[in-house]
Amino acid sequence: MKTFSIVYALFAGILFGAGLVTSGMTDVTKIKGFLDVFGDWDISLMFVMIGALAVAAVSFPLILKREKPMDGDKFDVPTNTKISAPLVYGSILFGAGWALVGLCPGPAVTSLFYGHWQIWLFFVFMIAGHFIAKFIQKA
Amino acid sequence: MDFFESLFTPDIGWAVFGGVLIGASASLLLVSVGKIAGISGTLFGALKINPNNLWRWVFLFGMIAGGFIAHQLFGISVPEFDTDNSWLIAVGGLLVGAGTTIANGCTSGHGICGLSRRSPRSLAATLTFMSAGIIAYYVFNHLLRGFV
Repeated sequence: MKTFSIVYALFAGILFGAGLVTSGMTDVTKIKGFLDVFGDWDISLMFVMIGALAVAAVSFPLILKREKPMDGDKFDVPTNTKISAPLVYGSILFGAGWALVGLCPGPAVTSLFYGHWQIWLFFVFMIAGHFIAKFIQKA
Repeated sequence: MDFFESLFTPDIGWAVFGGVLIGASASLLLVSVGKIAGISGTLFGALKINPNNLWRWVFLFGMIAGGFIAHQLFGISVPEFDTDNSWLIAVGGLLVGAGTTIANGCTSGHGICGLSRRSPRSLAATLTFMSAGIIAYYVFNHLLRGFV
């Protein structure tokens, strides 16, 4: 990977974080409001996905037609197509945790600078959850 | 405010705009360095100390910087966190960390990048975590009242 990659990664990260903040996705109340379909439903997150997919769903197939990325040797995309049991129960666990707190990995990272101790607590336990899962998977 | 009224609030405009930035970010990362902008994968991958992972650290740092810039640029105030329940937060963190690890992705990895790639795995994952989130929220907040 060449040196300019770092600049691309930085700029992409900035766009991502800015997108999360402007869309309201770092607001846990808003996220939980989206999941509160049977109560006081806040539909906003759906429009975030629509906005994101409007760009990415069009650009991804076009980009992947290329032989290789601008600054790399190959595209590093998953090749697995099978829907497995871990995919499903992992997603269930993720969804449950998401509903409890209103945070998923993206907003958890971006809002670290907010200074809320709760976000740091969540972040630490998210990392812990990762290692526990990896440990169990190897067992 | 009812459903149809809510469709026309300024919130929706910001939601779409923010979403477009996220989509643009994922597109840029893919076309430039050929990587998938899945935050769980990027974060957990960054934990392996390896020069090849530098881009992950830079991306993650960028996410924080971009968040900061957006707050300043658009005058958006920092949202409050709505609970002080440490147990709830810790359990939530464990579930999100474990779940995204086992499922190999999260809302960005599966929900945005995976769907954009027309991945059947990502479609299954997205439908599952969305449903699970909605059902879990109902159970926690409407059935088990007072739990949160």
